Amino acid sequence: MKNDNRTHQISRRKLLKASGASVVTASIGFPAILSAQSKSVKIGFIHPASGFLAYPGAQCRLGGQMAVEEINAAGGIRSIGAKLEAVLGDSQGKPEIGSAEVEKMAESGVNAFTGCYQSAVGLAASQAAAKYNLPFSIDVGVSDRLVSRGLKNVFRFADGYGRITQDAVNNLNEINKAAGSPANSAVIVHEESEFGSGTARLLSGRLKDTGWEIKDVIKHANPTRNFDNVALRIRSMKPDIIIPVNYPGEYILLARTLKQQRVPFMASYSVLGGGFNFKFMDELPEIAEHMIDVNHWYNPNSAKGREMRKKVEAKGKYFTFEVYCTYNSIRLLADAFERAGTTDPDAVNAALATSTLDPLMMPYGPTKMVNGQNMGSRAVSIQAQKVGGKVDAQVVYPNEFASAKAIFPRPA
Amino acid sequence: MNFQKPSWMILGTLILVLLPWILFSEFLISFAVIVLYSATIGHSWNILGGYAGQFSFGSVLFFGTGAYTSSVLQMNFGINPWIGLIAGILMGALVGAFVGFLSFRFGLRGSYFALITLAFAEAFRIIANTVEFTGAGMGIYIPLDQHPLNFQFEGRTGFYYVILALFLIATAITLKLENSRFGSRLKAIRENEDAAEALGINTFRLKMQAIMISGGIGASGGTFYAQYYLYIDPSIAYGVDKSVEMLLVSIIGGMGTVMGPFIGSLVLHLINEISRHFINAPGLSLVVYGVILVLIIGFLPKGLTGAFQSQKKVKRA
Amino acid sequence: MFEPVILVTALINGLMFGAIYALVALGLTLIYGVLHIINFAHGALLMLAMYAVYFLFNLLGIDPYLALLLVIPSFFVLGYLLYRGIIGKLAHGQDQNILLITLGLSVIFENAALFFFKADTQTLNLDYAYEMIEIGPALVTLPKLISFGASIVIGLALWLLMAKTDLGKAIRAVAKERVGARLMGINVDHIFAVSYGIGIACLGAAACLLMPSFYVTPTIGHVFVIIAFTIVVLGGMGSFIGALVGGFIIGITESFGGLFLGESLGQIGIPLIFVLILLFRPTGLFGVKA
Repeated sequence: MKNDNRTHQISRRKLLKASGASVVTASIGFPAILSAQSKSVKIGFIHPASGFLAYPGAQCRLGGQMAVEEINAAGGIRSIGAKLEAVLGDSQGKPEIGSAEVEKMAESGVNAFTGCYQSAVGLAASQAAAKYNLPFSIDVGVSDRLVSRGLKNVFRFADGYGRITQDAVNNLNEINKAAGSPANSAVIVHEESEFGSGTARLLSGRLKDTGWEIKDVIKHANPTRNFDNVALRIRSMKPDIIIPVNYPGEYILLARTLKQQRVPFMASYSVLGGGFNFKFMDELPEIAEHMIDVNHWYNPNSAKGREMRKKVEAKGKYFTFEVYCTYNSIRLLADAFERAGTTDPDAVNAALATSTLDPLMMPYGPTKMVNGQNMGSRAVSIQAQKVGGKVDAQVVYPNEFASAKAIFPRPA
Repeated sequence: MNFQKPSWMILGTLILVLLPWILFSEFLISFAVIVLYSATIGHSWNILGGYAGQFSFGSVLFFGTGAYTSSVLQMNFGINPWIGLIAGILMGALVGAFVGFLSFRFGLRGSYFALITLAFAEAFRIIANTVEFTGAGMGIYIPLDQHPLNFQFEGRTGFYYVILALFLIATAITLKLENSRFGSRLKAIRENEDAAEALGINTFRLKMQAIMISGGIGASGGTFYAQYYLYIDPSIAYGVDKSVEMLLVSIIGGMGTVMGPFIGSLVLHLINEISRHFINAPGLSLVVYGVILVLIIGFLPKGLTGAFQSQKKVKRA
Repeated sequence: MFEPVILVTALINGLMFGAIYALVALGLTLIYGVLHIINFAHGALLMLAMYAVYFLFNLLGIDPYLALLLVIPSFFVLGYLLYRGIIGKLAHGQDQNILLITLGLSVIFENAALFFFKADTQTLNLDYAYEMIEIGPALVTLPKLISFGASIVIGLALWLLMAKTDLGKAIRAVAKERVGARLMGINVDHIFAVSYGIGIACLGAAACLLMPSFYVTPTIGHVFVIIAFTIVVLGGMGSFIGALVGGFIIGITESFGGLFLGESLGQIGIPLIFVLILLFRPTGLFGVKA
């Protein structure tokens, strides 16, 4: 042809000049834009604001920002004399972007982080933060690996699936006993990734240990378009209880399909049910009614909890667990900054490790950090029940936080 | 002017080698790591697609195979990840040979070839989701143990030099290809496979070689990713996202060129970074990204290197 | 291993859901058959159509089946304009560019949807969605049955369009021989845009039929895309009968795969069929041998 070889190469000199210039300006300009602001304690928010988990990501942000507003309204971090500032980051649901955001924020002077909804992103992001020893307050990730890597900067106020599954099984046994122990067999339906598989495995083991027959553990793809056959299999196995562990789309589809296919069962008892929330109850009440979930939840008997719910609903949003989990993760950080009296990472991490933060609206025991995990945290069992014509969530177990008795088995 | 003169190459390489000392920011080194990593896996696609004209939609196959090979060897058999890297590269080439053999023997070309690579990637993803030794849906976590011998480094700089090395090797391979008879034969296949066959070129063997090289390079990127982020699962390792990334950086940068993958990677990541920096509303920054993407393709159909090429032509006139 | 009742039920379930897949594939096969482009934006456009159905119901109270009358023509127009205004213009005739442009468009649509509609999972709560019809041992929801019928009707309508009308003849001419068609006085760009428009209109129909049984989020398109491609290849690019039969086959394969191998591994049937078809009969079951 022509001078193919030569003309295909761009001017290397031009490129290097251009990228060199931009790189130098970037290293001065980019991250520095953030630190140009006035003195404040900056907290980086790492959540999936886009991608298929954008909804929970948005809810996390909402909760965190509410916490920042409230704390600032009460004077901010008084011992440092600075207000809190939320620095929003989008992980796009990917570990690589989440950790890149952490790096960027760390260099621009962010003092701590919260995040990431997804455990995979949380692992990568908190590890990136560990390089700077910056405190990382996990809001929702349930993988227990998050707090078992020996990292001194990672803390989690809420529960991990190790203890949540424990609570789930205990609660189920109590609820069953209170009803005369009518149920003794179960089928677990879980999504295929770490969240579903890990939880299902623990559940299956613990249930068997307490005398349950696990008729089947059905793993399904992410996403699953059609649960007709799963419903079919469940119907042929006739379990007493169905235990779903999946994300919102599939959670709803499965619940609908079970109803459509007229599959008989005593209760749907999900663990970390992705779709079990006020929105579900609002939009599909006939399906939601009598479903039970074990999850992060607030204490409905607490004044603060009720007040917050009203506030969130006034904004036209639903009061989902992401909201208060992130809210609390910020409170945890703010309290530590307050007690440490400095933004020095070592001091703050030390303060976090000795935190005795008031659980406030959460159904928790007293806060006590062991290796970064709050041992006071707990998951509760919530059931969708009709109250005055509207289907609403009631905590049904444990009794000290319950707002209603469990309806179990569900009426025919 | 001949821009492939050794002096230019050496200058570029020198700058990249010294980059961590020029950039005094961990974040920017991180950014450089991502750019080089994307460019490396872009090279994988580029050799098969840009040079040999065999567009693949399933190149993530090689990436995932590399990632899983080194991770499984490390977690299940205690084998050092550096050795795992080599093993991964070999496995990547092997998988390339497998897919290539079936596809080329059955005469699949153009979009049929593209689709079958997509199908293979999907199949591998589903299998990885099921078999125990890949951790099934749970994926594989590599425990934190930061030591160079473990292919884990404390700062970003260590990782930077590893990916730089992998990138330079891939670039060197492409450069060699560009200037060799092997390369011109691949290009002949790209331009018109039947004519090339008629001219006596053993298209099957050459395509097999191309796909195996592509496989090895892609796999190296996979192992790197696994060691850098310490977690892989079937959707990360075999999900269609990476396939798209691999072809995107090459085509945007200019496919069938040595610098294409690097330029494409740099530009795309810059756009992503900048739009995310200035736009906080969820989704909006990616809308901007998509718009710019469409505009680049619309107005620079030969990719970014092609743009400079036409500039050159205009200058001469 | 499984009683015959379960097998028959799985078969029926597979057919019913396969019809929905076929609906999505019908549009894609037309676009692929005529334009020879792999429409990466197919999933995102399905998503937009599903949102349209959602809003028509929630804001204007229009039942999804009634919405067919609105959504089909408006999405035809959308598709036509998209091709005429963006895809056709920017692609410069290069196939790989069309691919990337449709990819770029899908990124734009998905994220615009995220920005405007937020990420909540949206469902339609219709009373008749719980009406079950007994077909043999299987319980089929009314919407699924309607989709089954509709897919056949639409497939037939498309086939009639192609076989019996002048427009159809022009489309087939352009699909076969671009240059020759132009020489015959056919406005090729217009025909391309019309074909793309029809393909997208099919998505509009699919959305109306799908929403009563499903849900929508900005990323819902991904759920159907690979399946749609598999069906198009299986059935034969450009063949509507192929898309229908292919849809049913894939639906049944998925159903039995799930039954015998589990819902997760059972998915393997789809790429497996994809590979086998491409190796042994790339033109598909009903495709015309090149």
